[in-house]
Amino acid sequence: MSTTSLSRDPARYSYYVDDAAYRELIADFHRIRTEEPTVEDPAERDFFRRLVEREARLLDRLDFTGWMASYADECFYWVPSTPNGGDPRSEIAVMFDDRRRLGDRVYRLSTGFAWSQAPSSRTVRVVSNVEVFDCLNADQKLVRSNFMINEFWDDETRVLAGWAGHRFRRYDGKWKISAKQVNLLQCDQCIRNPSIIL
Amino acid sequence: MTHIERRTQAYDWDDLVQEDRVHESLYTDPAIFEAEMRSVFGGTWVYLAHESQIPERNDYITARLGLRPLIVTRDNEGVIRALFNRCTHRGTTLCRFEKGNKRAFQCPYHGWNFQNDGKLRGVPWPDGYAENPAHDAKFNLAQVPRVESYRGFIFATLNEAMPSLSDHLGPIKRPLDEWIDRNPGGKIIVCEANRIKYKGNWKLAYDNSGDGYHVLYSHRSLLETENRFQDEATEKGMSYYKNSPDEQPMYIQYMGNGHHFKDKRPNLQPRTGGLWAIESLHPGMEHVAEKLRSRFGAKAESFLDLAGSEPVNINIFPNLSLLGNHIQVFQPISYDETDTIWYGTKIEDVDGTMGPDVLNDINTLRMRTQEGFPNFGEVDDVTNFEQIQRGLRCREDEWIYMNRGLDIPGRIKTLEDGTLKGPATDEVFMREYIKEWKRLMKTQPKLTIRREP
Ligand code: FES
Ligand SMILES: [Fe+2]
Repeated sequence: MSTTSLSRDPARYSYYVDDAAYRELIADFHRIRTEEPTVEDPAERDFFRRLVEREARLLDRLDFTGWMASYADECFYWVPSTPNGGDPRSEIAVMFDDRRRLGDRVYRLSTGFAWSQAPSSRTVRVVSNVEVFDCLNADQKLVRSNFMINEFWDDETRVLAGWAGHRFRRYDGKWKISAKQVNLLQCDQCIRNPSIIL
Repeated sequence: MTHIERRTQAYDWDDLVQEDRVHESLYTDPAIFEAEMRSVFGGTWVYLAHESQIPERNDYITARLGLRPLIVTRDNEGVIRALFNRCTHRGTTLCRFEKGNKRAFQCPYHGWNFQNDGKLRGVPWPDGYAENPAHDAKFNLAQVPRVESYRGFIFATLNEAMPSLSDHLGPIKRPLDEWIDRNPGGKIIVCEANRIKYKGNWKLAYDNSGDGYHVLYSHRSLLETENRFQDEATEKGMSYYKNSPDEQPMYIQYMGNGHHFKDKRPNLQPRTGGLWAIESLHPGMEHVAEKLRSRFGAKAESFLDLAGSEPVNINIFPNLSLLGNHIQVFQPISYDETDTIWYGTKIEDVDGTMGPDVLNDINTLRMRTQEGFPNFGEVDDVTNFEQIQRGLRCREDEWIYMNRGLDIPGRIKTLEDGTLKGPATDEVFMREYIKEWKRLMKTQPKLTIRREP
């Protein structure tokens, strides 16, 4: 799908974040939020459960290169600031990243001067309740899962809990994360040091 | 006199707050914090909310005045009131939701019912009272006696002796007006927030609000990230701090009554699009810029500037800070815990010159530019605030210095309006605002509440 010319490389330039992309995001995650999952085949559910678990493992290991590679070139990472997800076109989100901004996030952590992550948090993530939705396009699946991120930082272990929506898309036979929405339970509250990748 | 007032009356404020330094107890003493919640967050004008958060009659939003829970409401007559969120029967909070639209609040505990002007409308089984509480004004909700707005910004004080809000703001109104008027029709709408808590005293955030000395160090990860692409023509973000910031045209200005202003606009090229040119990289920016430029030509730059972060810090003592397009509010929780809420703002197409399409594009982009700093900048600052709070546990090392720029002849200029102007990294604003803090702590302003008759 992605044969972007160099001058439009989404890791460098942000051309794909347009109104149509926003509308599609809102609609897809609205579906995950409100509808019944459709995939019953245990093997298929297991396949996507393992992809979600793999993402959690990469983040726990701070393997950001592997993590970035598990996302599509034109991807979204979205942490809404309201429990209903809201509309990121007219509301501030806790985080709303495109490919380049994800690159910024990872780059910042690598500078050695990101004081909020010096030393880094240690995390173990638990993901569960994985449910899969079919889409009209056979190369797309939506996945809903619950998560608990146990985070140790600065003498304290806390739990960040919530549910995540993943939009997976298949590119040349390979499933990648095309968009992720992280719904924190405390998304509309003040959060201490919100600087890890969720 | 309250217990805390008696206790803190014995404090020698002139010893704790000196010309060049303050004592660590300003940040670590719970009794000083309690006194601040009266004399500062009560004794002077404190920011509560923005009118765009309660646009319709009977809209309300819960807020705090210091630690006091409030319901800020536009009542049925359109009057903005700050009601104590405290039932007059036995004291429970009446409203536990963040916002909504309600003409009356019924107490969840025994069912007393209050109108949103504070009047008690009725109580269950009134015959159980010798006199119906609904006929006795002492049971009407307490409310903050003075609530005033300046161009949409709602402030309140329990100190009836305060001058008008407009007089109290004084010279800071000029940059505030400019900040508001840069948006079409001088109109902004608050739209959700980035919310960050830190375990440290609230003054650590206010000390930081005009601090040009920390930028290159505390925000080094941000500055490096913003400029990670070598092929970018323009240095992004706050890069102008890199080379002798005190020699740059930007400046810090102390505006009186604890307010101060950091103006970085003079560093920019004074042209349309000058702000957009230094905006760091955000989701969707190339798409929107390309679209608008092909449609509007040179005029596109003035639209794009509206999505750019205005390079000012307008700090209104004790709890409001306008920076970029944010309305940041400092909310003290305890002597060592503070919430900082970065409300986003969007614009309206007041005269129809933009059209819905452009408005949507600009506001969307404006959301993304606003998310940048809290995510990549503020987290490092609040970590440093928390580590100050920890460092101050070394009690024997008692002083915190704010003497940068002090006693250097000619460095700080007193302007005609009495404001003080100095180079960007100067700590003059800290030395001055803390004098206002000391004045309030010494005088212990008389606080009153009001009820509907
Ligand atoms: S506490 Fe409110 S009615 Fe009793
Ligand atoms: Fe800062």
